[in-house]
Amino acid sequence: MAVNTEKNSYTIIFAIAMVLVVGSLLAFTASTLKPKIVENERMEMQQNILYAFGVNDNEGKGDITFIAKNKVAEAFKANVKEQLVLEYKDGKIVKTMTREQYMAEYNQEPYLIDIKKQQANAKAGQSRLLPLFVGEKDNQAVYVAPIRGKGLWDAIWGYVALDKDMVVRGAFFDHAAETPGLGANIKQRYFIDDFEGEHLLSDTGAFKGIAVAKGNNDPTNLRKDDFKVDALAGATITGDGVAAMIKNDLKLYLGYFENLKKPASN
Amino acid sequence: MGLLSKKDAKLITDPLADNNPITIQVLGICSALAITAELKASLVMSIAVLFVMGVGNVVISLMRNIIPSKIRIIVQLIVVAALVIIVDQVLKAFAYELSKTLSVFVGLIITNCIIMGRFEAFALANKPWRSFLDGIGNALGYAVILIIVGFFRELLGAGTLFGIPVLGDPIEKTGVYALGYENNGFMLMPPMALIVVGLIIWVQRSRNKALIED
Repeated sequence: MAVNTEKNSYTIIFAIAMVLVVGSLLAFTASTLKPKIVENERMEMQQNILYAFGVNDNEGKGDITFIAKNKVAEAFKANVKEQLVLEYKDGKIVKTMTREQYMAEYNQEPYLIDIKKQQANAKAGQSRLLPLFVGEKDNQAVYVAPIRGKGLWDAIWGYVALDKDMVVRGAFFDHAAETPGLGANIKQRYFIDDFEGEHLLSDTGAFKGIAVAKGNNDPTNLRKDDFKVDALAGATITGDGVAAMIKNDLKLYLGYFENLKKPASN
Repeated sequence: MGLLSKKDAKLITDPLADNNPITIQVLGICSALAITAELKASLVMSIAVLFVMGVGNVVISLMRNIIPSKIRIIVQLIVVAALVIIVDQVLKAFAYELSKTLSVFVGLIITNCIIMGRFEAFALANKPWRSFLDGIGNALGYAVILIIVGFFRELLGAGTLFGIPVLGDPIEKTGVYALGYENNGFMLMPPMALIVVGLIIWVQRSRNKALIED
């Protein structure tokens, strides 16, 4: 080719053209695919919440299988009886909103509340909105709360189903970028299933959380009131992150569960 | 291979053994250590790299006469990054579950030195078809090592292959565990990947003395 590719002016023109072409190509792809991606993410949230409720297509003891996509919307309606939004400020829950009240004010479904944003709000001294999904599992009322924290490389998050005594009745964890084969295994059944039946509160009602512990001599997790589950080998920091997000985020709901136990005063 | 001339076929077969990107050129070690704790991750990564190397090499080769040499590295980086992001977006829209599995690898693909290495060493100086074969060949060479390492690490570290228990149940003590065998958790750590790669290099060089450098 006859172009002199060594000239500075050519280099600059080439760089500009390259940036324009690649930039618009990426922008075009992103904007055309966005509606589909948002829809996929919305469905995934519903699948995750339903998983914590115990609604899934799991077979045997293998991988996690969510409920099929074409059944999600219906199952979500049937299983999530109520979507509450608690407003948390200065160490206590100051307001409880029903789904209708929340939607009237914010014009979005409570399950779409961005936990990351709410955590940032809380850090900035503002109030934090805590979604809580009420439904039933094995004929008893369960409350599913979203949690979010830090793993080794990136964010980790999940949904935990609690009964009225804050005993875990189901859970789901996911991660953005934990190491495959190590930290990424927090979304495997053998890790998640261990949480079922674990207590969050001591006998006196103090909030203890669940530690992801090494060497607790209970690999099959028979003791459910030791506030510990067996850790994953080679994933110490991810495991600590799971314990931390359970502790930090579920603690905020304590006030709501204490209220549940009080005999109705009115 | 009737389709390929002898010279072209060498582009594919060479990187599989005597010019392997990992064990001979010592490229792409970082991702080989990071993700080979299980076989499934190794396989997913191999397929992703195969795609990016094949297409990327062709794109760079087509552009080889117009890329200013002063900024060629940045141009290569942009091509890889753009390719990976477009693929990721398309998967997110049409194969969401698959994209979730791949998400962690996206960053690793962009920084994989094999890709940049082959762009720089081959695609910039060769025609598209040969560059394509070179890309595929090197990606396969990379895949072979990843899968070998992943196989041994998952088998000895967790007693499973593709997540399926093959040695029995370590808690119920069935299969080989009944004989007192234990999983070696250390195999799941990245240092063991380095040692396994080292063993492969040792075996390879003791079989073919020509590979030993002074």
